[in-house]
Amino acid sequence: MRAGLYSSIRYMPFGDTALVVELGDAISLEVNSKVLALNEAVLKAKIEGIEEIVTTYRSLLIRYNPLKTTYEQLAFYIKDIAQVLEKKSVEIEGKKIIVPVAYGGEYGPDLSYVAKHHGLSEGQVVKLHSGREYRVYMIGFVAGFPYLGEVPDEIATPRLETPRLKVPAGSVGIAEKQTGIYPCEAPGGWRVIGRTPVKLFDPQQEPPALIKPGDRVKFKPISKKEFEIIGKAVLKGFCLHSFEE
Amino acid sequence: MAAFKILNPGLFTTIQDLGRFGYLKYGVPISGAMDTFSFVAANLLVANNPNDACLEITLIGPELQALARTQVAITGGLASPKINGQNVPMWETLGVQEGDIISFGRIVKGCRLYFSIRGGVNTPLVLGSRSTYVRGMLGGLNGRQLKTGDMIEVFAKPHLETRLSMSEELMPQFTGRFMMHVILGPQSDMFTEKGMQTFLSNSYKVTSEADRMGYRLEGPTIEHKSKAEIISDALLPGSVQVPRGGKPIMIMRDAQTTGGYPKIAVVVSPDVSLLGQARPGDIVEFSRITIKQAREKALEYYKLLKNLSNMLIKDR
Repeated sequence: MRAGLYSSIRYMPFGDTALVVELGDAISLEVNSKVLALNEAVLKAKIEGIEEIVTTYRSLLIRYNPLKTTYEQLAFYIKDIAQVLEKKSVEIEGKKIIVPVAYGGEYGPDLSYVAKHHGLSEGQVVKLHSGREYRVYMIGFVAGFPYLGEVPDEIATPRLETPRLKVPAGSVGIAEKQTGIYPCEAPGGWRVIGRTPVKLFDPQQEPPALIKPGDRVKFKPISKKEFEIIGKAVLKGFCLHSFEE
Repeated sequence: MAAFKILNPGLFTTIQDLGRFGYLKYGVPISGAMDTFSFVAANLLVANNPNDACLEITLIGPELQALARTQVAITGGLASPKINGQNVPMWETLGVQEGDIISFGRIVKGCRLYFSIRGGVNTPLVLGSRSTYVRGMLGGLNGRQLKTGDMIEVFAKPHLETRLSMSEELMPQFTGRFMMHVILGPQSDMFTEKGMQTFLSNSYKVTSEADRMGYRLEGPTIEHKSKAEIISDALLPGSVQVPRGGKPIMIMRDAQTTGGYPKIAVVVSPDVSLLGQARPGDIVEFSRITIKQAREKALEYYKLLKNLSNMLIKDR
């Protein structure tokens, strides 16, 4: 097994309306890149009966119409596509998105815990968290929630023992080596270290989510004052979705 | 046009259609009517399209006042609907006059009713659907459950000359026991043989933690081999997750789109629709079938849904 990749891809039924294609058993760039490449190739092949595909860290869930195709038929086609892909090297470019974040204080109630847990200052945690570009591994949990990885070991922190009933929209959190952004208010156990004023999910837009798997996210520390200014602009409907470089 | 005013919303009443498809990859659940069969029947009984939006009513019914002459139908679990205090039948076209008061009482069998209105409920389409997804504040009436004073708008459609009804043998019967056919996997290999036996040979009870997102079940503990977590991957309605404690969780239509617990099995799609009528205290059992058997069941079910409008009884 190379970097968490299986030597042969696993195909598994998911009820009578979906098929799971699992490429590995690790959170890694290599596994996820293979997943995204296979997703693109399958979409391009326009296979009859496929309704939609969900990509995750290490697998694809392919939902199909059981009146138009069968599990066996789909698995057969996809094995074919995967075989061709196997010989190619894959690179997922994705777009780069800069997400402004106000760290600490009321916006990041767990920043001080994360700092103490690792014997760092709050400033050092912010520097480490905003100092690298993160890969979007998948979208899930709630509408538009991006799972980003991976944070430096120095700030990787376990989840809260008791999840909060309400985490405000825009909250940026850490769970072990993952970091993520809550697009809407939701219950959750991630350590919240900051908040972004930008809107990650807008059902009036097509596509409704700003960020998609394969994209690269970099956090930019902003002041509380900047947070308020951007927040007001977003409320007025300015498309301050992101600052793209 | 405004067809009804909500005088009392009942326990939990929302606007639903067949669901919001194609947005799982953005983390948006499918949502839609929990009991697809009863939902489609409600629409067909007022000669609507199968996907037109209806009210989904949970356990304790609302009270509505008609603002115009229209036609409606009530399907789903067993309740005692009334118009102006007079009992009216379920599973048939009902005429309603301006000012009439419709009530539903308590649902005594099953968990949900569908209330269709001729023309279909008119709310803005959100990502292609009118289904309410309360947790994500999407769809329906401002993304929330209905409340007192809400106005229900419908699309205008000519009055039906025929009264439609459904024969008794087509009506689903809810006995409080649900035999769910499942296909094992995708993580059935994370359970011991004993754990799998436990899952397939015991009854599980729906706890009070049961809503449109999912049902926590109570019953014998299902044994994992070792780990009880996976790298989070995708979920669909019908997934049976088993977290560390060994008590299964049924994933339903408003659930999160990804999860980190192993899935021992997935309930086949026609049975997920039935399970939409399970209420706290009901019994769920699981029976293993092959993909081929599941396909035959699905073909039969979708054929029934497709032909249902021709199977209704028409009289003038």
